[in-house]
Amino acid sequence: MEEKFYTITVYTENSVGLLNRVSGIFLKRHINIESINASVSEIQGVHKYVVLVKTTEDWVRKITGQLEKQVEVIKAFYHTDDEIIYQESALFKIKSDLLFDERQIQNIIKDSNSQIVTVSRNFFVIAKTGRRHEIEELYDELEPYGIMQFVRSGRISVSKESMEISNILKEFQEN
Amino acid sequence: MKSETTNTQKKIKITGSEAVIHCLLAEGVHTVYGYPGGAIMPVYDELFKFQEELHHVLTRHEQGAIHAAQGFARVSGKVGVAFATSGPGATNLVTGLADAQIDSNPVVCITGQVASPLLGSDAFQETDIVGISTPITKWNCQITDANDIPSVLAKAFYIARSGRPGPVLIDITKDAQFQQFEFEYKKCTAIRSYKPVPTIEPAKLEEAAKIINSAKKPMIVFGQGILLGNAEAELKAFIEKSGIPAAWTVLGLSALDSDHPLNVGMVGMHGNYAPNLLTNECDVLIALGMRFDDRVTGDLSRYAKQAKVLHFEIDPAEIDKNVKADVAVLGNVKDTLSQIMPLIEEKQYPDWFAEFKRLYDIEFEKVIQPEMEPTKEGLTMAEVINQINKESGNEAIVVSDVGQHQMFACRYAKFKKSKSNVTSGGLGTMGFALPAAMGAAMGAPDRPVVAIAGDGGYQMTIQELGTIYQTQIPVKIVVLNNEFLGMVRQWQQLFFDKRYASTEMINPDFVKIAEGYHIPAKKVTKREDLASAIHEMMATDGAYFLEVVVEKEDNVFPMIPTGSSVSECRLS
Ligand SMILES: Cc1ncc(C[n+]2csc(CCOP(=O)(O)OP(=O)(O)O)c2C)c(N)n1
Ligand SMILES: [Mg+2]
Repeated sequence: MEEKFYTITVYTENSVGLLNRVSGIFLKRHINIESINASVSEIQGVHKYVVLVKTTEDWVRKITGQLEKQVEVIKAFYHTDDEIIYQESALFKIKSDLLFDERQIQNIIKDSNSQIVTVSRNFFVIAKTGRRHEIEELYDELEPYGIMQFVRSGRISVSKESMEISNILKEFQEN
Repeated sequence: MKSETTNTQKKIKITGSEAVIHCLLAEGVHTVYGYPGGAIMPVYDELFKFQEELHHVLTRHEQGAIHAAQGFARVSGKVGVAFATSGPGATNLVTGLADAQIDSNPVVCITGQVASPLLGSDAFQETDIVGISTPITKWNCQITDANDIPSVLAKAFYIARSGRPGPVLIDITKDAQFQQFEFEYKKCTAIRSYKPVPTIEPAKLEEAAKIINSAKKPMIVFGQGILLGNAEAELKAFIEKSGIPAAWTVLGLSALDSDHPLNVGMVGMHGNYAPNLLTNECDVLIALGMRFDDRVTGDLSRYAKQAKVLHFEIDPAEIDKNVKADVAVLGNVKDTLSQIMPLIEEKQYPDWFAEFKRLYDIEFEKVIQPEMEPTKEGLTMAEVINQINKESGNEAIVVSDVGQHQMFACRYAKFKKSKSNVTSGGLGTMGFALPAAMGAAMGAPDRPVVAIAGDGGYQMTIQELGTIYQTQIPVKIVVLNNEFLGMVRQWQQLFFDKRYASTEMINPDFVKIAEGYHIPAKKVTKREDLASAIHEMMATDGAYFLEVVVEKEDNVFPMIPTGSSVSECRLS
């Protein structure tokens, strides 16, 4: 079966040690986590992991089942790239003199739709939010000038279809 | 509302460790297995005060404690409880946790932990048991504040026993054990992120019933889900109405009377010939509370491909994990079976059933008969098991260890009552039988319990003879001594050209060891002494040890070699 990128969204209770349990499920199956992001969700007190993996649909389905089985996992979903809106963010730290000496850099910033977050005497920082390939393109363009530091975040995403978990929580309250 | 009722009860201040005892009593626990040490001493101090209410069995190793708790759980259906101290005490539980996880045993382990200010400092006997046990527990949690003890323990028991059961580990820091707080206990009945039993979909029942009713050659394979769901009566009714031949997995053993006319034996690597072969002949395979373990299926790509598979299962993660289900019927099998009953037609399959009979006869002639009534001089494991059946009237609880003797026990032991077969199926833990038998004997005090171990596995937890002596546990211990790690030797013979690397055992005088623990003991080497020795063993009050010297190089057959298909089940 064909390997593809899948974005797994896991709604959980906020409990210590759960990240260990969640990542262990991937580890056991030798599935590499491309990126993982943990944050609050649209529901108060409910946390959300967004995990990007490259694997087959068969495996992503099994993994989602194993995730959902964990006591503190409320619900897990998986989606292909065309079923979600997704972004990554990146920060580039670059020497300040380049900003003034290399006119081309200003064009790169403008054309790539990135922003200057801060400028100091020694360095300035560019932030870019977008698809992976857009960040990579910007990286390639800036690299010849020298990048002092680079960091890229994990994928964050929302799905086009609704991910209904409020019903699960409501059902619980009614019982 | 709730606060009003609690206000009328006067809240009392107690320590965290006393709270642990009150929680256990509130959960109906009367026996715990364990081993003390520094970090759990406050709890043991409370045990001293509560001796009348809560019986603590001092095992000789923490592995013994958790296996005993598992044995207790397996025969009683209740949650087994084990205590251990931090560090080495906790890590000694690991094998048992893994075993309980894979075999779905409801167990709650309570470990002591260093005081919370020391956490993460490599303090004496500090180990991250929550981290270590995460992949081998259904749930685990560390408590650093005594106020959390009641709610976390309530959750622990609820999680361990509900849905698909499993082990839970609760790690309590020493300062939380000493801490005074206002105790109040409420049983846990629900957790919002946890749905132990999926909702039954009536449409699935109808779909499954339709397929069952139009089947020509249907077959049932049932597993431990029947025992865990207390669905024995529903299973029997379903089988009898539908007329479908039914085979059990190793962990499904004893869920149906061995002598039930529709019981066609055991599937799997050393299972019976007929159900293994006919798995690849049936047109409908009805899987009830089982998970298609690789020891059951052999090569998956050649497993029941011709059949429509109906999978009755409580754990959604098992659906399509190994075998694709045409219809997945989620729910507790007790409920799904009783709800499908009115939709099922009364039927019989005489021609199809004759196929099972024909293959059974082949297995009987080639394997069973020569094992049960051997013409060679050496004793066989099968004749020993058969003699235990006779002597106990198929009423015994059989607790087997891991190896050839285990497969002989599973193949030849007969059962009249449910929850009578206790063995380490998923993990295959040598050393399981002796401590699990202790727990089984305490969990079913009115029934004879026979532990069957090999000379190898017996020596992995042999020290539990000390527990048996001290606690006066009436287990009958049978060691089938072939002076080999027999199962490994069998593989060496069949697949490694008889290169017997480190499988021969030079053994101690087992009788003297048992006698050293004041347990009456006997050794049998000749066939003519077997019946009387087993009679004496079963007739003796209390514990008894019997060593039976068996043929050294016997093999277990039938066998489906790893990587082979169930159709390639070998008789020799
Ligand atoms: C703890 C552990 N270590 C190793 C094994 C691998 N193993 C499986 S069966 C077996 C041999 C068991 O020998 P014995 O207890 O004498 O039983 P027999 O097969 O001879 O009946 C071994 C070593 C295991 N299952 N468990
Ligand atoms: Mg042996």
